Amino acid sequence: MGARKWLGRVQFWIMAVLASVLLSGCGSEYMVLNPKGPVAETQYNLIIISVILVSIVILPVLAITFYIVWRYRDKPGNKAPYQPEWAHNTTLEVIWWGIPVVIIAILGYFTVRDTYALVEPPNKEVKPITVQVTSLDWKWMFTYPEQNIATVNYVHIPVGVPVQFELTAEAPMNSFWVPQLAGQIYTMPGMAMGLWLQADEPGEYFGTGANFTGKGFAHMQFKVIAEPQEEFDKWVQQVKNTAPGMTRQDYENLVKPGLSDRLTYSSFPPGLFEEIVKKYGHAHGNHPGGMNHYKNNLKNNDDQHDEGHQGGGQQDAGQHGSHGGNDAQASHQHDMSGTNH
Amino acid sequence: MWEDIKSFASTFFVTGDPLIYGADVAIVLTTLAIVFVLTKYKKWGWLWREWLTTVDHKKIGIMYLICSLLMLFRGGVDALLMRLQLALPNVEFLHSEHYNAIFTTHGTIMILFMAMPMMFALFNIVVPLQIGARDVAYPFLNALSFWLFFFGAMLFNLSFVIGGSAESGWLAYPPLSEKMFSPGVGQDFYIWGIQISGIGSLATGINFLVTILKMRAPGMSLMKMPLFSWSVLSSCITIIYAFPILTVTLALLFIDRYLGAHIFTMDGGGNPMMYVNLIWMWGHPEVYIVVLPAFGIFSEIVATFSKKQIFGYKSMVFAMIIISVLSFFTWAHHFFTMGAGADVNSFFAISTMAIAIPTGVKVFNWLFTMFRGRIQLKQPMLWTIAFIPCFVIGGATGVMLAVAPADYQYHNSYFLIAHFHQVLIGGVVFGYLAGIYYWWPKMFGFKLDERLGKWGFWLWNIGFYVCFMPQYALGFMGMTRRLYTYGWDLGWAPLNLVSTVGAFMMGLGFVFQVWQIAYSIKHGERDTTGDPWNGRTLEWSIPSPAPVYNFAVIPQVKEADDWWATKQARANGTANEAPAKLEPIHMPKNSGIPFIMSFFWFIAGFGFVWGWTWWIVIGLAGVGISMLVRSFQYDTDYYIPVDEVRRTEASLGRAV
Repeated sequence: MGARKWLGRVQFWIMAVLASVLLSGCGSEYMVLNPKGPVAETQYNLIIISVILVSIVILPVLAITFYIVWRYRDKPGNKAPYQPEWAHNTTLEVIWWGIPVVIIAILGYFTVRDTYALVEPPNKEVKPITVQVTSLDWKWMFTYPEQNIATVNYVHIPVGVPVQFELTAEAPMNSFWVPQLAGQIYTMPGMAMGLWLQADEPGEYFGTGANFTGKGFAHMQFKVIAEPQEEFDKWVQQVKNTAPGMTRQDYENLVKPGLSDRLTYSSFPPGLFEEIVKKYGHAHGNHPGGMNHYKNNLKNNDDQHDEGHQGGGQQDAGQHGSHGGNDAQASHQHDMSGTNH
Repeated sequence: MWEDIKSFASTFFVTGDPLIYGADVAIVLTTLAIVFVLTKYKKWGWLWREWLTTVDHKKIGIMYLICSLLMLFRGGVDALLMRLQLALPNVEFLHSEHYNAIFTTHGTIMILFMAMPMMFALFNIVVPLQIGARDVAYPFLNALSFWLFFFGAMLFNLSFVIGGSAESGWLAYPPLSEKMFSPGVGQDFYIWGIQISGIGSLATGINFLVTILKMRAPGMSLMKMPLFSWSVLSSCITIIYAFPILTVTLALLFIDRYLGAHIFTMDGGGNPMMYVNLIWMWGHPEVYIVVLPAFGIFSEIVATFSKKQIFGYKSMVFAMIIISVLSFFTWAHHFFTMGAGADVNSFFAISTMAIAIPTGVKVFNWLFTMFRGRIQLKQPMLWTIAFIPCFVIGGATGVMLAVAPADYQYHNSYFLIAHFHQVLIGGVVFGYLAGIYYWWPKMFGFKLDERLGKWGFWLWNIGFYVCFMPQYALGFMGMTRRLYTYGWDLGWAPLNLVSTVGAFMMGLGFVFQVWQIAYSIKHGERDTTGDPWNGRTLEWSIPSPAPVYNFAVIPQVKEADDWWATKQARANGTANEAPAKLEPIHMPKNSGIPFIMSFFWFIAGFGFVWGWTWWIVIGLAGVGISMLVRSFQYDTDYYIPVDEVRRTEASLGRAV
């Protein structure tokens, strides 16, 4: 630990020097500017387009500002013209009402185009995989309805396959963000949100909660591990063979406020995600807004259930009460007071 | 018995943190010092007669100004504490809950208890003078507004040492702010502090709308009105539509917390998303409420210090009105990522970008006011010139944020933090500071020292960029807001350290400004003419500080920049001024009721916070009785006789 800390310090001072040439090069730590999947790529392109478009306006404005302040400063002998009554010029005013209108129209076009595009899966050729996300106080739980496995604070996905995240919360609302793969989406109790995402390169990606949820919020970071399909399948198989199953009691323990290490489960109670959504859902049915996904999701889930259930049900029966595996121990649940200084 | 007292005290007072014990001691000592000074110099009567009961808009403005500067100090200290905690990874200076309380307090104070009162200070000090009126339309209501704000702010600030502060962010999103996740009284202090001062804000909005519409000097048609007054008008219209939403939203949240309803709760059919929509239906217009008057200030200053008429006056007015209307159609851009769907997001993305159009036009008009003018780089103008690049960049990042799909990558990240600090500091704070420097001689009769002011100016400005430019980059590095700590592994450390250095530079800039004020009270250049900047509008036609009745004779307005035109005419010898005829001046009487009634609101609020029924009953009864007493007061005004007006004017060096 001491050595690591020392290394950290050294690295820090080197970085501090580098920081003086702020933003001069976009190193790999600028995650948003280094997209590794089509969704983040689209968003990155929009960022670049918007930077170019606003620069068309602001760079000349900044230049004009400095020029005017310099040229018309009040000093004796300044020969620049002085016209104290000149206060209106229709042509000029039409021009500067017009320029922003044109810029906004162009930017608006790209915005609307991509807003609709990102509702669709990034790749329609490949059959997507579904991963359900539940944000808890203060941890991320991932359940795989098709594979019937579950993880906490990390998630594996296959490379090149569109992933449909379905998201909810059993805690104050959070926001699910993997900057290099896709922008964020809120997780909210009583609702199932949807987010498409795809990784084009294998790797470990940084993921984090982005909406404040209280005491342990700063620790709600997770890893997204993208790997080729075969390795992903191997991982799933390994989880099924070695990890314990998640019981209802395990889930109840996860819901309790506190931090958690990475956990792995070879199964989870059937229909857990749908239950969490419905638990806080509204008796009067669907919500306005956000619920375009909702109907689809529930329909999808029902389909998927039929697949997921058989495996899940069996495993569940077999593994009840035997969750003494390496990872999934209740003792891994920290009380936040431990991290509090 | 002793045990009971001990256990009560341990929940009632905030304990266990040396920072807070230090603050406790400081508060007690300051209070004792104030009491001692007031008693020693027998100033209690003076305080009551001249200040606590005043209905004079100029004095109320000064009280707003003092409070807002104190709140700027507190909010600023909060900011510095946060930046210390984030200076390096894994700093063990503040623990999570303390940090959360500090960012919640910082945001709430800076918007509601710093920006709003500083804005009201300038409304009060300037508007009646600028439109040639002797007071606002409802002077009693104006005093009530101030005292409601004052006691609301007291209640909110009290939670620092009593009961504990709110910890769920400045907009208190449920379900985090509900009893289930925030069981402490901090959240209730937040609700009642804002509610009580919010009533005052709404009343001020109404008051100044009526003042501007009904009390302009004869001849001043709306299109001859100075642009600052126009900006106040557009801001007030926005207040009147927006603030009731805030009041209702927070009332519903309180019903959830106090009566156990399920309006915004996670369970029982509650709908937190409803709250998020409602709070931003107020919250977005709110930022335009505070920035529009800043636009007005810049318009006045640019014209004065370029010695040139404002360029494109009609465009400027039109732009402000469009901004205040559009501000009500952009609220959902605060939660594009809440999954409202492509239709909704497209609408709000476009409406948000559209606001950039009138704002951009205003920037061009300011620039072309300077074009072919003669620019004097006095303090108010320095801040105005610094504002333009800062706000232009902040506006550009705002347009970037409006691109809905891209916002999925900026949302809740430090990119967003950098953006809104850039428009709120670069726009609002720079604007109000410019306004304070500009109208300071009118308030107090002397100018603020230029040399110390320039130190403050450069520290603020350089500090600003050093503090916030790295935060844009941190956003791209995936750093999200409201983290109380972070690790070494993500490479966030260097830029955070730079940002902290910048924050402390701004803090030092503030210290210079305080020094500047203290120094200038003794040594500042006195303003004997009433027109220290060669101004253009009516407030510069009267002595500094203005006499209690403002105008001995109500002016007859003929031009847009009427005072400038008058001066030109006098210089050319073409002035055709009839000798003024004095008449007795009708003025409102002072009243202690606003102070007393607001104090009872404070009692009631405190009772609601702690669930103490007797306090609620006494407080609300006191409010009701105050209203009744006021209803039966008929002797609320008086006349200043002509002799006295003549004597006052003579003592100010004006022959009437």
